[in-house]
Amino acid sequence: MAYTFDWKLVLGGEYGGWIVQGLATTLKISALAIFCSLALGTLIAVLRLTRMRPLVWFSVAFTEFFRNTPLLVQIFFWYFGSYSVLPEVVNKWLYRQDFEFAAGVIALTVYTAAFIAEDIRSGIFAIPKTQIEASRATGLSFLQSMRFVILPQAFRIIIPPLISQFLNVVKNSSLVMTIGVMDLTYMTRQIESYTFHGFEAFTVATLIYLAISLVVSFTVNIYNKRVLKLIPY
Amino acid sequence: MHWNVIANNLTYLLVGAYPHGELGGLAMTILMALGGIFGAFWLGLVFGLMRLSKKRWLYLPALAYIEIIRGTPLLMLIFWFYFLAPVLWGRSLPGHQSALISLIIFTSAYIAEIVRAGVLGLPKGQMEAARGTGLSRMRAMRHVILPQALFNMVPSFVNQFVSLTKDTSLAFIIGVNELTKAATQVNNRTMVAPTEIFITIALLYFVICYVLTAFSRRLEKKIMRYQARQR
Repeated sequence: MAYTFDWKLVLGGEYGGWIVQGLATTLKISALAIFCSLALGTLIAVLRLTRMRPLVWFSVAFTEFFRNTPLLVQIFFWYFGSYSVLPEVVNKWLYRQDFEFAAGVIALTVYTAAFIAEDIRSGIFAIPKTQIEASRATGLSFLQSMRFVILPQAFRIIIPPLISQFLNVVKNSSLVMTIGVMDLTYMTRQIESYTFHGFEAFTVATLIYLAISLVVSFTVNIYNKRVLKLIPY
Repeated sequence: MHWNVIANNLTYLLVGAYPHGELGGLAMTILMALGGIFGAFWLGLVFGLMRLSKKRWLYLPALAYIEIIRGTPLLMLIFWFYFLAPVLWGRSLPGHQSALISLIIFTSAYIAEIVRAGVLGLPKGQMEAARGTGLSRMRAMRHVILPQALFNMVPSFVNQFVSLTKDTSLAFIIGVNELTKAATQVNNRTMVAPTEIFITIALLYFVICYVLTAFSRRLEKKIMRYQARQR
């Protein structure tokens, strides 16, 4: 089967525009998911360190369950099945939004939060125990010592693993095409089925994903070399 | 709630239409994961060792391979093989074969990094002592370094296997009849119980993955005791 390459097709014009739109959606959904999962993940990690049993159990159950089920299944759950477990008000609000997009953000957030919680927890464990004891002794409450003493130090240590989680979010966000969010991967498939020039479209999309990964991990390596050395433990 | 939908379709979710038709469902998921980890282990071992080599023509291709694969979403790789196999080989591959190839290639890049970390994690004295007894680099690797390194890496391999099991769900997108596909089929057929169906298959995946994760954690603690350490 002869195949003629037509790079102009995907690098400009209508189809090039599709790729740009797709990239914008990918970046938007990733950014939202990263932001929300960082907040949720921190909360889950802190719950694990409290002394209250139900909170600890909730945190353990959350991380174990969402880490050990496929993201795709979670996406389907939020998209097809969440209406009967969520309260009516939330459902109504969600349906008024772009529901595919919202379901994608929720799934990515919850899935990533479980991983981020584990990273943060290991970061907190890396801080010597005396830090929390000393801060508690100065009269700070548990939450205050977390907020002002422990977390600021923990985050410095876990920046590299966190960033690699963020890169995973960008890559994982390709799965939201299955529920019809028009991200980069979705647009690529669209171009493939419109023009039969899948080769060009896939190459461009792969290069875009690759460029994001390489640039970010290159930056992290520099951070590792320059900054991480300065941290005493 | 319509839990009877699950009761009626449980066999379909577990083994597909087997024994009267094609194998599918959870059984297919497990088969793909096993086939995937087997292939990815050998391919990953090769690339991991190449990456460790001091010869530029060996480590540069391995480095490029690992970075490119790890920087690309798995879904993208699956599409590459699915849509491009006909262009490259002039005939199309069945879905489960091209999905398996993509899974093997994707996972092998991660295994290569595990292998590399495992070998670099051993004390330097091991290699030096082995070379000192007159073994060549290859034979020292084969008889001294790898047996120790691979043993230490077993927990990481198990974790990678868990990821792979979760990743097999992506094969659904190109029509492979595994657990996620079976679930969407049941969902499309019955239409009343998406919540129940997706909770059920999430639990099925969870049971497999959680048992493996727990196993790898225990193993990790055990192995820590026997590791050769830098003194």
